Amino acid sequence: MNTFQLSWKNLRYKPLSTLLILVLFSLGVGLISLLLLVENQLRENFEKNLAGVNLVVGAKGSPLQLILSSMYHIDAPTGNITLKEARPFLNPKHPFIDQAIPISLGDNHKGYRLVGTSQEILKLYNAKVGSGKVWERNFEVNIGANVAKELNMNIGDEFKSSHGFVDEVDMKHDHAQAFKVVGILAPTGSVIDQLLLTTTQSFWLVHEHGEEEHHEEGEEDHEHGAEHEHDHDDNEYSDHKQDDHAHTDEHHDHEDGDHEHHDQSDDHDHEAASNAIPKPIFEENDSAEITSLLIKFKALNFQTLNMQRNINENTDLQAATPAIEIARLYTLMGAGEQVLRIMAIVIIFVAGLSIFISLYSSLKERKYELALMRVMGAAQRKLFFLVITEGMLLALIGFVIGTLLSHLGMQLLASFMKDAYRYSFTAFQFLPQEWFLLMGALLFGFIAAVIPAIQASRTDISETLTQG
Amino acid sequence: MLRTQGLNFVYPLGEQLTFPDLNCKDGEHCLILGQSGSGKTTLLHLIAGLRTAQSGSVVLNDTNISELSAGQLDRFRGRNIGIVFQQSHFVRSLTLEENLVLAQRLARVPVNYGRIASILAQLNLEHKLRAKPEALSIGEQQRAAIARAILNQPTLILADEPTSALDDANTEQVIQLLQEQAASVNASLLIVTHDNRLKTRFEQQIQL
Repeated sequence: MNTFQLSWKNLRYKPLSTLLILVLFSLGVGLISLLLLVENQLRENFEKNLAGVNLVVGAKGSPLQLILSSMYHIDAPTGNITLKEARPFLNPKHPFIDQAIPISLGDNHKGYRLVGTSQEILKLYNAKVGSGKVWERNFEVNIGANVAKELNMNIGDEFKSSHGFVDEVDMKHDHAQAFKVVGILAPTGSVIDQLLLTTTQSFWLVHEHGEEEHHEEGEEDHEHGAEHEHDHDDNEYSDHKQDDHAHTDEHHDHEDGDHEHHDQSDDHDHEAASNAIPKPIFEENDSAEITSLLIKFKALNFQTLNMQRNINENTDLQAATPAIEIARLYTLMGAGEQVLRIMAIVIIFVAGLSIFISLYSSLKERKYELALMRVMGAAQRKLFFLVITEGMLLALIGFVIGTLLSHLGMQLLASFMKDAYRYSFTAFQFLPQEWFLLMGALLFGFIAAVIPAIQASRTDISETLTQG
Repeated sequence: MLRTQGLNFVYPLGEQLTFPDLNCKDGEHCLILGQSGSGKTTLLHLIAGLRTAQSGSVVLNDTNISELSAGQLDRFRGRNIGIVFQQSHFVRSLTLEENLVLAQRLARVPVNYGRIASILAQLNLEHKLRAKPEALSIGEQQRAAIARAILNQPTLILADEPTSALDDANTEQVIQLLQEQAASVNASLLIVTHDNRLKTRFEQQIQL
C-alpha cells in the first residue's frame, strides 16, 4: 500500500467527485490539444505548399479564393483568363519572372483534381517521378502518390475525366479521349500528391469534346422542342422561338471558334492532335483559356513588388500573394481559435478549482484517518505527498483522457478533411507541445493540491483524536 | 518496559496538569482510572508522543521519546506502540485487510498477509477481510482496532476508553481480547478509562 496506490483508492472512494474533475480536466486539455493539432497540421499543410510561389495571377474575384483554388486545390477557381492576357507572363524572356506555370482546373477523376499544367510544376514542389516517365504528350498523365494509393492506379491505366471537382457519374466526359497514366510521382508530402497532372492542351481538347457533347444535347432539346411546337398554341410557339434563337447563336459562336482553330492549326485531325507533343503554351493562340498562373520571381525587388498592384489596377486580371493571403486566413481562423482557447483555459481553471475544493473539503472528513496514519508511523511529509499525489494523479488521468479525446477528434476531422478536400491529416502525430501540455497539467494538479496538502501535513494528531 | 517521570503538561489556556510517575514492566497490564477532565487522554498522548510535555520524561525500553526528532518519533511510534482509541478510525477507502497492510507499511515492517489473516481469525474477523470499515459493526470495529494495535508486535499497547461505547457483553470480550493479545506478543498494556466495569479485571490500578 504505497502512496500512489493509496491515492488511487482515495480517488476511487469518491467516484462522482473524481468523475466530475476528470470530465472538466479532460475537456480542457482535450480542447487545447485539439487546437494545437489542427493548427499545427493546417500550418504545416499550408506552408509546405507555398512552394516559393511569389504571385498567383488569375481572374478577378476573391484573392483568397484564387490562392486556395490554384495552390491548395480546395476551392472553386475564380474563373478563367485568356492566353492573350496571360501571354506576357509566360514570355521566357521576361526580365523578372523566373517561372510562370499555367494551371488549368475544372476536371476531376473520382474526386481527385486533374490539373492541366507544364512540367515545371514538378520543380516547384520538388516532385520527382517515382515510376514511369514525366508526361509529355497530350492525354498523358502523371499521378500523385496518394492518388495512386487511394485509387489503386498503375502505369498504363486509362480513365476519362469528369467535369467539376466532385465525383459524379453523369458529369463524365464520355465522348472525350481517355487519359493514360504514364508516370507516378514519388510522395512529396505536398498537395501534388493529391493531383493528376497533364498538359494544358489536353484540357482544351477534352472541353472541345465536352462542348460538342453539350451541343448534341442542345440539338436533341431543340428537336424535342420542335415536336412540342406542333402541339401547342401560338403564344408558346413564340417562346420557343426565342429559345431556338439562343441555341442557334451559341451554335454559331462555337462554329466560329472551331473554324478559327482549324485555320491556325495545321492538322485538322483530332486524334493526331491529341497524341502530339504540344507546342509551348506561350505559342498557343489568344482565345485559349487557362485558370491561373503560378509565378516565381527571379528576385524580389521594387519592380516585382509593384507588379501585383499594376496587374490589379491596370488589367482585367487579378494578382494575389500567397503568403499574404494565407496570413489573412490565419487571422480569420485565429479569432475563432482564440475564443476556443480562452474557453479551454477557463475549463481547465474550473477543473483546477474543483481539484482544490474536492481535496480541501475531503480533508475535513479525512482528518481522523490522516491523524491515524501519523499514529501508525507516517511522517508529516508522507501526508503532504499523499494529497499532492491525489491532485497530480487527477491531472495526469485528465491529461491522458483529454489527449485520447483530442486525437480521436483529430481522427474524425482527418477523415472529414480527406473526404471533403483530399487533404491528409493524421491523428497519430504527437507534437512536442503536448509534452508541455502534460507538464502544465501536472503543474496545475500540484498547485491545486498544495494548500490542502500543507493542511493535511499539519494535522494536529492529538487535537484531532481528542475531538473524536 | 515503560517509565514516566515528573510529567507536567500545560494546556494552551494555562491549565496545568501534573501526572503521577508510572512504572509498567514488560507484559504487565495497568489500568489508569480517572473522571472526565482528569487528563487521562492527555497522559496517554504524552506517552505515545502525540503531544509534548512541558517537563518530565517518557522512557520506553531505554528510549527517551522526548529526545527523538519528529521523524524518528513517528517511526518509533509506528514500530513500538499500538493504540486503541475510544472510537476506532480506519482509512475509509481501504478494506480491513488493506488497512492492516497500511499499518505494516507505515511502520516499515515487511508486509505479512499470513499474520494479518491469523490475527483476524483469532478475533473472529476473518470473514471481514475484504470489507470496508464502514461495513463493520461497532464491536467488530473495536476488535479490528485491537488487531491493528497488536499487528506489529509492539512493546506497548495503549487503549483510550476502549469500552465506553460498548455494552457489557462486548466490553467483556474486548477486555479479554486486549489482555490475551497483549500477552501473546508480551507487550505492556496500559488502559485509561473511567469505566468502573474494568476495575475488577486489573491488579495494577492508578487513580488520577
